[in-house]
Amino acid sequence: MGCLESLPYEVILSKVSFKEARVFLSRYPEKYDVEPGYKIFEVRIIGVPPIRVAVDGNAVLFPFTKPCHGTFLLKVPDATDEIARLRERKR
Amino acid sequence: MPPEENNRVALLVMGCPRVPVQTSLVLYLANRMKKAGIHTIIAGTPSARQLIRVADPDGHYIMEMKDLDATISSLAEGDLKVSESYVFVHNDAGVSYAATIQSLTGNQVTSLVFGEDANSVMAEITFPCRVIAEPVTHNPMPLKRKIDEVAPWDA
Repeated sequence: MGCLESLPYEVILSKVSFKEARVFLSRYPEKYDVEPGYKIFEVRIIGVPPIRVAVDGNAVLFPFTKPCHGTFLLKVPDATDEIARLRERKR
Repeated sequence: MPPEENNRVALLVMGCPRVPVQTSLVLYLANRMKKAGIHTIIAGTPSARQLIRVADPDGHYIMEMKDLDATISSLAEGDLKVSESYVFVHNDAGVSYAATIQSLTGNQVTSLVFGEDANSVMAEITFPCRVIAEPVTHNPMPLKRKIDEVAPWDA
Protein backbone atom coordinates (compact mmCIF):
# COMPACT_ATOMS: atom_id res chain seq x y z
CA MET A 1 0.00 0.00 0.00
CA GLY A 2 1.15 3.53 -0.61
CA CYS A 3 2.96 5.48 2.01
CA LEU A 4 0.54 7.42 4.14
CA GLU A 5 3.38 9.18 5.93
CA SER A 6 4.18 11.22 2.83
CA LEU A 7 0.79 12.94 3.07
CA PRO A 8 0.13 16.08 5.16
CA TYR A 9 -2.86 14.41 6.79
CA GLU A 10 -4.81 15.41 9.87
CA VAL A 11 -6.43 12.74 12.04
CA ILE A 12 -10.06 13.70 12.58
CA LEU A 13 -11.11 10.52 14.40
CA SER A 14 -8.87 7.75 15.69
CA LYS A 15 -9.44 4.10 16.59
CA VAL A 16 -13.14 4.18 15.77
CA SER A 17 -15.27 1.53 14.10
CA PHE A 18 -15.77 1.64 10.38
CA LYS A 19 -19.42 2.43 10.92
CA GLU A 20 -18.60 5.39 13.16
CA ALA A 21 -16.39 6.85 10.43
CA ARG A 22 -19.19 6.42 7.89
CA VAL A 23 -21.73 8.14 10.17
CA PHE A 24 -19.33 11.02 10.82
CA LEU A 25 -18.79 11.57 7.10
CA SER A 26 -22.53 11.72 6.49
CA ARG A 27 -22.58 15.25 7.92
CA TYR A 28 -20.65 16.62 4.93
CA PRO A 29 -22.81 17.94 2.07
CA GLU A 30 -20.39 16.66 -0.59
CA LYS A 31 -19.76 12.98 -0.13
CA TYR A 32 -19.23 9.96 -2.34
CA ASP A 33 -19.50 6.21 -1.94
CA VAL A 34 -16.59 4.20 -3.28
CA GLU A 35 -15.97 0.48 -3.54
CA PRO A 36 -13.64 -1.43 -1.18
CA GLY A 37 -10.08 -1.23 -2.45
CA TYR A 38 -10.62 2.23 -3.99
CA LYS A 39 -7.24 3.88 -4.38
CA ILE A 40 -6.80 7.36 -2.99
CA PHE A 41 -3.32 8.92 -2.65
CA GLU A 42 -1.83 5.46 -3.36
CA VAL A 43 -3.72 4.10 -0.34
CA ARG A 44 -6.33 1.36 -0.75
CA ILE A 45 -9.46 2.00 1.30
CA ILE A 46 -10.53 -0.99 3.39
CA GLY A 47 -14.10 -1.27 4.56
CA VAL A 48 -17.64 -2.54 4.45
CA PRO A 49 -19.71 -1.04 1.61
CA PRO A 50 -20.91 1.62 1.29
CA ILE A 51 -17.56 3.27 1.94
CA ARG A 52 -18.01 6.98 2.28
CA VAL A 53 -15.46 9.69 1.52
CA ALA A 54 -16.21 13.40 1.81
CA VAL A 55 -15.01 16.69 0.40
CA ASP A 56 -14.56 19.73 2.61
CA GLY A 57 -13.36 22.73 0.60
CA ASN A 58 -10.15 21.58 -1.07
CA ALA A 59 -9.64 18.77 1.43
CA VAL A 60 -10.75 15.17 1.18
CA LEU A 61 -11.71 12.99 4.16
CA PHE A 62 -11.51 9.20 4.04
CA PRO A 63 -11.31 6.20 6.39
CA PHE A 64 -8.01 4.41 6.85
CA THR A 65 -8.11 1.01 8.55
CA LYS A 66 -5.25 -0.81 10.28
CA PRO A 67 -5.64 -4.42 11.49
CA CYS A 68 -4.59 -3.72 15.08
CA HIS A 69 -5.83 -0.18 15.59
CA GLY A 70 -9.18 0.05 13.87
CA THR A 71 -10.23 2.87 11.63
CA PHE A 72 -8.85 6.41 11.48
CA LEU A 73 -10.64 9.20 9.70
CA LEU A 74 -8.07 11.27 7.84
CA LYS A 75 -8.28 14.71 6.25
CA VAL A 76 -5.81 15.62 3.53
CA PRO A 77 -5.67 19.25 2.31
CA ASP A 78 -4.97 20.42 -1.24
CA ALA A 79 -6.54 17.29 -2.67
CA THR A 80 -7.77 18.85 -5.89
CA ASP A 81 -6.76 15.91 -8.11
CA GLU A 82 -8.45 13.33 -5.89
CA ILE A 83 -11.56 15.51 -5.55
CA ALA A 84 -11.75 15.88 -9.33
CA ARG A 85 -11.48 12.10 -9.70
CA LEU A 86 -14.32 11.58 -7.21
CA ARG A 87 -16.52 14.12 -8.98
CA GLU A 88 -15.75 12.51 -12.32
CA ARG A 89 -16.98 9.14 -11.05
CA LYS A 90 -20.37 10.58 -10.29
CA ARG A 91 -20.98 11.76 -13.87
CA MET B 1 4.66 -21.50 -6.79
CA PRO B 2 1.87 -22.83 -9.02
CA PRO B 3 -1.17 -24.61 -7.61
CA GLU B 4 -0.61 -28.31 -7.06
CA GLU B 5 -3.01 -31.14 -7.83
CA ASN B 6 -6.11 -28.97 -8.18
CA ASN B 7 -6.69 -25.41 -9.28
CA ARG B 8 -7.74 -24.12 -5.91
CA VAL B 9 -5.80 -21.20 -4.48
CA ALA B 10 -6.82 -20.24 -0.95
CA LEU B 11 -5.99 -16.90 0.59
CA LEU B 12 -5.67 -17.01 4.38
CA VAL B 13 -5.85 -13.52 5.82
CA MET B 14 -4.61 -12.86 9.32
CA GLY B 15 -5.81 -9.98 11.43
CA CYS B 16 -3.99 -8.36 14.32
CA PRO B 17 -2.08 -11.20 16.04
CA ARG B 18 -2.91 -10.14 19.58
CA VAL B 19 -5.37 -13.00 20.14
CA PRO B 20 -3.35 -16.22 20.65
CA VAL B 21 -5.60 -18.70 18.80
CA GLN B 22 -5.08 -17.05 15.43
CA THR B 23 -1.55 -18.27 14.67
CA SER B 24 -2.20 -21.92 15.48
CA LEU B 25 -5.47 -21.97 13.55
CA VAL B 26 -3.85 -20.40 10.49
CA LEU B 27 -1.14 -23.06 10.60
CA TYR B 28 -3.75 -25.78 11.10
CA LEU B 29 -5.89 -24.62 8.18
CA ALA B 30 -2.85 -24.13 5.94
CA ASN B 31 -1.67 -27.65 6.71
CA ARG B 32 -5.04 -29.26 6.01
CA MET B 33 -5.28 -27.39 2.72
CA LYS B 34 -1.73 -28.21 1.71
CA LYS B 35 -2.44 -31.89 2.30
CA ALA B 36 -5.57 -31.58 0.14
CA GLY B 37 -3.52 -30.17 -2.75
CA ILE B 38 -4.75 -26.61 -2.34
CA HIS B 39 -2.20 -23.85 -2.82
CA THR B 40 -2.30 -21.48 0.15
CA ILE B 41 -1.22 -17.88 0.43
CA ILE B 42 -1.04 -16.45 3.93
CA ALA B 43 -1.38 -12.66 4.12
CA GLY B 44 -0.78 -10.64 7.24
CA THR B 45 0.98 -7.81 8.95
CA PRO B 46 4.75 -8.15 9.51
CA SER B 47 4.22 -9.27 13.13
CA ALA B 48 1.57 -11.82 12.21
CA ARG B 49 3.82 -13.25 9.49
CA GLN B 50 6.78 -13.46 11.87
CA LEU B 51 4.69 -15.50 14.31
CA ILE B 52 3.95 -17.95 11.50
CA ARG B 53 7.52 -17.99 10.23
CA VAL B 54 8.97 -18.70 13.69
CA ALA B 55 6.40 -21.44 14.33
CA ASP B 56 7.08 -23.15 10.99
CA PRO B 57 10.70 -22.31 10.12
CA ASP B 58 11.10 -25.14 7.62
CA GLY B 59 7.81 -24.48 5.85
CA HIS B 60 6.16 -27.79 6.67
CA TYR B 61 2.70 -26.21 6.84
CA ILE B 62 2.95 -22.93 4.97
CA MET B 63 3.46 -22.46 1.24
CA GLU B 64 3.50 -18.77 0.42
CA MET B 65 3.25 -15.61 2.55
CA LYS B 66 2.53 -12.05 1.50
CA ASP B 67 2.23 -8.64 3.08
CA LEU B 68 -1.40 -7.80 3.80
CA ASP B 69 -1.43 -4.37 2.16
CA ALA B 70 0.43 -5.65 -0.89
CA THR B 71 -2.10 -8.47 -1.17
CA ILE B 72 -5.00 -6.02 -1.18
CA SER B 73 -3.30 -4.01 -3.92
CA SER B 74 -2.61 -7.14 -5.99
CA LEU B 75 -6.23 -8.25 -5.70
CA ALA B 76 -7.49 -4.78 -6.62
CA GLU B 77 -5.21 -4.59 -9.66
CA GLY B 78 -6.07 -8.11 -10.79
CA ASP B 79 -2.51 -9.38 -10.38
CA LEU B 80 -3.54 -11.99 -7.82
CA LYS B 81 -6.34 -14.48 -8.41
CA VAL B 82 -7.63 -16.75 -5.67
CA SER B 83 -10.45 -19.26 -5.66
CA GLU B 84 -11.45 -18.74 -2.04
CA SER B 85 -10.50 -16.68 1.00
CA TYR B 86 -10.46 -17.31 4.74
CA VAL B 87 -10.29 -14.19 6.86
CA PHE B 88 -9.45 -14.40 10.56
CA VAL B 89 -11.58 -11.81 12.29
CA HIS B 90 -11.67 -10.68 15.91
CA ASN B 91 -12.37 -6.95 15.64
CA ASP B 92 -14.03 -4.29 13.51
CA ALA B 93 -10.98 -3.99 11.28
CA GLY B 94 -11.15 -7.71 10.53
CA VAL B 95 -14.74 -7.31 9.34
CA SER B 96 -13.60 -4.47 7.07
CA TYR B 97 -10.86 -6.63 5.56
CA ALA B 98 -13.27 -9.53 5.01
CA ALA B 99 -15.75 -7.23 3.22
CA THR B 100 -12.96 -5.78 1.10
CA ILE B 101 -11.65 -9.18 0.06
CA GLN B 102 -15.16 -10.37 -0.75
CA SER B 103 -15.69 -7.32 -2.92
CA LEU B 104 -12.31 -7.59 -4.67
CA THR B 105 -12.35 -11.33 -5.37
CA GLY B 106 -16.06 -11.97 -5.92
CA ASN B 107 -15.37 -15.51 -4.71
CA GLN B 108 -16.43 -17.23 -1.53
CA VAL B 109 -15.11 -15.66 1.65
CA THR B 110 -15.20 -17.46 4.96
CA SER B 111 -14.86 -15.34 8.08
CA LEU B 112 -13.35 -17.23 11.00
CA VAL B 113 -14.51 -15.15 13.93
CA PHE B 114 -12.90 -15.54 17.35
CA GLY B 115 -11.97 -13.53 20.42
CA GLU B 116 -14.03 -12.45 23.39
CA ASP B 117 -16.15 -10.11 21.24
CA ALA B 118 -16.92 -12.76 18.61
CA ASN B 119 -20.69 -12.46 18.93
CA SER B 120 -20.83 -8.69 18.51
CA VAL B 121 -18.20 -8.78 15.76
CA MET B 122 -20.20 -11.45 13.92
CA ALA B 123 -23.24 -9.16 13.96
CA GLU B 124 -21.29 -6.62 11.88
CA ILE B 125 -20.91 -9.07 8.99
CA THR B 126 -23.65 -7.89 6.66
CA PHE B 127 -22.11 -8.90 3.31
CA PRO B 128 -22.18 -12.29 1.55
CA CYS B 129 -19.88 -14.47 3.60
CA ARG B 130 -19.71 -17.86 5.29
CA VAL B 131 -19.11 -17.47 9.02
CA ILE B 132 -17.46 -19.92 11.39
CA ALA B 133 -17.39 -18.45 14.88
CA GLU B 134 -16.50 -19.24 18.47
CA PRO B 135 -15.62 -16.73 21.21
CA VAL B 136 -12.23 -18.32 21.94
CA THR B 137 -9.03 -16.52 22.85
CA HIS B 138 -6.47 -19.02 24.21
CA ASN B 139 -7.89 -22.45 23.45
CA PRO B 140 -8.25 -23.04 19.72
CA MET B 141 -10.06 -26.39 20.03
CA PRO B 142 -13.71 -25.18 19.93
CA LEU B 143 -13.08 -23.22 16.73
CA LYS B 144 -10.91 -26.00 15.29
CA ARG B 145 -13.81 -28.42 15.80
CA LYS B 146 -16.15 -26.09 13.92
CA ILE B 147 -13.64 -25.76 11.09
CA ASP B 148 -13.38 -29.56 10.96
CA GLU B 149 -17.18 -29.80 10.69
CA VAL B 150 -17.16 -27.49 7.68
CA ALA B 151 -13.99 -29.13 6.28
CA PRO B 152 -13.37 -26.44 3.64
CA TRP B 153 -10.44 -28.45 2.26
CA ASP B 154 -12.98 -31.05 1.06
CA ALA B 155 -15.39 -28.57 -0.51
